[in-house]
Amino acid sequence: MKKDGVVLIAEHNEEHFDTMKDNLLRAGVRNQILRFSDGRQALDCLFKISAQPASQRASQQYVLFVDVDLPDVGGVEVLEKIKADDRLSKIPVIVLTAVDDPHTIDRCYDLGCSTYIVKPAKKEDFAEIIQNIGSFLSVVETTSIK
Amino acid sequence: MNEDMVILIAEDDAGHFQLIKKNLWLACVNNEILQFKDGQQILDFLFQAGNGMDLDETKQYIVLLDVRMPKVDGLDVLRRIKGDEKLRQIPVIMLTTTGESSMIEQCYELGCSYYMVKPVDYHNFMQAVQNLGKFLSLEGMRLPSIDQNGN
Repeated sequence: MKKDGVVLIAEHNEEHFDTMKDNLLRAGVRNQILRFSDGRQALDCLFKISAQPASQRASQQYVLFVDVDLPDVGGVEVLEKIKADDRLSKIPVIVLTAVDDPHTIDRCYDLGCSTYIVKPAKKEDFAEIIQNIGSFLSVVETTSIK
Repeated sequence: MNEDMVILIAEDDAGHFQLIKKNLWLACVNNEILQFKDGQQILDFLFQAGNGMDLDETKQYIVLLDVRMPKVDGLDVLRRIKGDEKLRQIPVIMLTTTGESSMIEQCYELGCSYYMVKPVDYHNFMQAVQNLGKFLSLEGMRLPSIDQNGN
């Protein structure tokens, strides 16, 4: 991911968000991290970015983490709306959630998520998973949403 | 680790394939790995054409695709997979030496999950594949089932 790329995290649980932020950093991810505490916020912000002229955007490249269980608008709907937008659809979306049922998993892949990962119960395991994701993201190229 | 996961690697460079396989293994990926030497071979497998092996619908697949390959290139393979009602759920990761931004953009437009550029440096190449391997072998990793009608 480019240095000016932004990691977007739609996560309701503040403790989970903090663990994610800390461990992405630990894995060497130096990108800006932006949090949305519900699905509505995530969509509002992303569609504002999409509508902006490219010259006014703080960044052109993004990665999005989204939980399934989000207040207001759920994560699956967030994913659906993003993948239906010409510009935003190029953003890799990682679904990271406690929800572990085959129907939701298939639905998310059908909508175009890049990866579906189930959160572990233990905090140490969660931290380790995030570090692994972070190390992987640092060797991934993303594209401009222009 | 998802034991039913099969990793399909389309890579015409034998040296690169060995390096990818070895470093996935070093990252504790013990899953079945199938190699395809060009784009046509992997399409034959996925679309169950020709005399090759067949897709097993009880398994789950993830595809690693090189861009520059003989016969059918990676971009066309990606286009065919993402254009198929049943196969399009399969995550496709581009793993290639081609780092042009137009190619990266095209692949994301077609629906690849991630785009990785093979580092030129040997050590960095190994490290990048190991990072990929650790990611693929995450305990919580879930993949789609291909057999939609079966459930």
